[in-house]
Amino acid sequence: MTHPATAPVLSMRGIRKAFPGVVALDGVDFTLRAGEVHVLLGENGAGKSTLMKILSGAYRRDAGEITVDGRPVSIGSPRDAQALGIATIYQELSLVPQLTVAENILLGHEPSRAGWIDRRRLEADARQSLRDAGLDIDPQRRVDRLGIAEQQMVEVAKALFRHARVIVMDEPTSALTVREIDRLFGVIRRVTAASVAVVYISHRMRELTEIGDRVTVLRDGRNVGTFTLSDVSTGDLVRLMANRDVRDHFPRRRGAIGEELLRIDHLCGPSGGPVVNDVSLVVRRGEIVGLAGLMGAGRTELARIIIGADPPSAGNVVLDGRPVPPSSPRRAIRAGIGFLPEDRKRHGLVMTLSVCENIGLPNLARWSRGGIVSRRAERAEADRWVGELRIKTPHAGERVVRLSGGTQQKVVLARSLAADAKLFVMDEPTRGVDVGAKVEIYELMNRLTDAGAGILMISSELPEVLGMSDRIYVMRRGRIEAEFDASAASEERVLQAALGLAC
Amino acid sequence: MLTAASQARRQAEGQARGQTGIQARAGLRFRGAGRRFGTLAGLVGLCLLLWILTPHFLTVANALNVMEQTSINAIVAVGMTYVIVSGGIDLSVGSLLALSGVVLAEALKSGWPAPFAVAASFGVGAAAGLANGLGIALGRLPPFIMTLGMMSVARGAALLVTDGRPVSGFSSGFRSLATGHVLGVPSPIVFTLAIYAAAALVLSRTRFGRYVYGIGGNEEATRLSGVEVRFHKTIVYGVSGLTSAIAALLLTARLNSAQPIAGINYELDAIAATVIGGTSLTGGEGSLGGTIVGALIMGVLRNGLNLLGVSSFLQQLVIGAVIIAAVLVDLMLKEKRG
Repeated sequence: MTHPATAPVLSMRGIRKAFPGVVALDGVDFTLRAGEVHVLLGENGAGKSTLMKILSGAYRRDAGEITVDGRPVSIGSPRDAQALGIATIYQELSLVPQLTVAENILLGHEPSRAGWIDRRRLEADARQSLRDAGLDIDPQRRVDRLGIAEQQMVEVAKALFRHARVIVMDEPTSALTVREIDRLFGVIRRVTAASVAVVYISHRMRELTEIGDRVTVLRDGRNVGTFTLSDVSTGDLVRLMANRDVRDHFPRRRGAIGEELLRIDHLCGPSGGPVVNDVSLVVRRGEIVGLAGLMGAGRTELARIIIGADPPSAGNVVLDGRPVPPSSPRRAIRAGIGFLPEDRKRHGLVMTLSVCENIGLPNLARWSRGGIVSRRAERAEADRWVGELRIKTPHAGERVVRLSGGTQQKVVLARSLAADAKLFVMDEPTRGVDVGAKVEIYELMNRLTDAGAGILMISSELPEVLGMSDRIYVMRRGRIEAEFDASAASEERVLQAALGLAC
Repeated sequence: MLTAASQARRQAEGQARGQTGIQARAGLRFRGAGRRFGTLAGLVGLCLLLWILTPHFLTVANALNVMEQTSINAIVAVGMTYVIVSGGIDLSVGSLLALSGVVLAEALKSGWPAPFAVAASFGVGAAAGLANGLGIALGRLPPFIMTLGMMSVARGAALLVTDGRPVSGFSSGFRSLATGHVLGVPSPIVFTLAIYAAAALVLSRTRFGRYVYGIGGNEEATRLSGVEVRFHKTIVYGVSGLTSAIAALLLTARLNSAQPIAGINYELDAIAATVIGGTSLTGGEGSLGGTIVGALIMGVLRNGLNLLGVSSFLQQLVIGAVIIAAVLVDLMLKEKRG
């Protein structure tokens, strides 16, 4: 409308953001023009979400400058972002399911007369916003009666009502059918025609060229290039996203690989909401098997079935030639399966208990007589593992809540070791762990495989997958998409498989 | 002032922790020791205040009196502590006390030998508690709802069994359970201490006790560690039903009567004692040592207000305010400690 097609509506310069132990964004420049669809591309952990969270006010930047319409602004809260006309539509939608479409669109801005909500105006305003987005949705319908695609479009209308000039969409099509994607693209084209700029985050390369105007590729928290989409090929973009050779930083000692330890046959599940679809894989003694894939590819769900946390709907898990009874963590542990969960605080440790007591949880049966826990046995075992794994704690009676992330991770590992695990399922073993502790965890993985254990390692960090694995499976949409020998794998090939572009 | 005090305590704790292995082990044993000593300090302060305010408070006779009166609530609070440490709540304890009491009384009245009558009463209390546990662990009902329902069911059953009338008049041998003395100490106090000793040992030394803390602290992590969470949760509510039945035994013997309307609001007193004693309502933290101090604070407060001639209306108000203040202070200290 008032903006010429190329005027930058938003510009971010030298944005920096560090979290303990990791620099998420290291001087990123990003410019958004009015009326464009700007694709943000990068592998997991490249910094896309962090950058958008700074834009939406969820995080504060450590350094850098943001200007809107050329004027420097400070975005300290989601409110500030909204006042500047920046709206974010997350994968988990933020509508109130029990309210109607109109109530959601005007939530917090209800037109009222003498304190009573003016329903007629409410619906009229909502209808206008829906029309602006080119939508034909009844404003009186309850949101929980709508499909996900329609809910997403209601979010767009909600953003328009709030005079959004920048709309950030995080993986908007991941749950949509082809038809719905077409409709969503129609909506996007309509709003960009009205000079609204859209930041579009997605991994689906084919869509990007269809809807996007320009693309910015992030890698390791840096902007490695901004291009007009019609000028670059998909292959170029994948190379830009990957393009590294950091294998040497990983201290993997590859030893002798023994016989088969874990075999998974045609596993599907979890029953009720199946995500994993007919997965078969093998882990041998002394082997680290990497499981790569995008978020939502079904890797964690697979891990949870293997460790008995969720029931499978079909298929078997076999350890050392013996079938592992399904859906019982207790039996899986007894069979020799150890687990390092992705979210230590939720699935790993009891934060209110001590190091010693956490290590004891699966092992108390062996360390007690007649139901009474032998403190001496428990203490001796805990002290042994604290020493063995060099767990940095003043003593084994310290509560785990006081320990650092890496140290907590070692406590979870010690627990499985004390339970005599032979096979370790590690879900993002180094997430939230500082660099020093990372190397220590890699070293422990080496020692485990030296001793004949097998490891199935889920990781979203490609360098880690490539650097530590002997073999790599790539999962995509619940299936095994590809399998590589470590020597034959490259970031590019793994990424292509994860994105579904494998030849 | 609060800040300075808590910081000083933190430092003291830190020093104790840094010293020797023996102290480290002690730290493991006395989980949340700092909090319990805070509650203990509150109890001592309250006693000092009452000692100054009234000459009748600090006498041996009155001290024994307070403890005897506290014993019923203290015993019910044992089960409540188990339940709350496991992350749940049990609203049915008062009704289960009434039901176990009338079962006991009816059995005695129809000529059962006392041991059998007591066994039947304990059996009914524990079974109703286990039913709570099954509904919560297997039926996945929220503890609040399941035990709220049981509260009404057990009360109704107690009224049905007795036709709404109290059952009174037992042998002096039976009554001596509550009226007798052991080495000059009234037997309810001896009972209470014995139950606390046993229950504290189970909670701190056995596998079951450890799992109770684990379930309350992080149920999913505990399950993934191979603990049969549903089984142990069920048992926890069974324990609560059992302690209610034990309290019913003492109450029936003391009053020489079992009433179907006994134990109304006892769940509130038990929850208050547990929470004042430093057990976290979110589960995973707490101890019976704290609970007994919490129960004594409630008992001393009631006794002191009586001695001071404060009206029962005002007493209710004061006790309510003390509960809120105690938990508020505890929350603030917890936040300070991170």
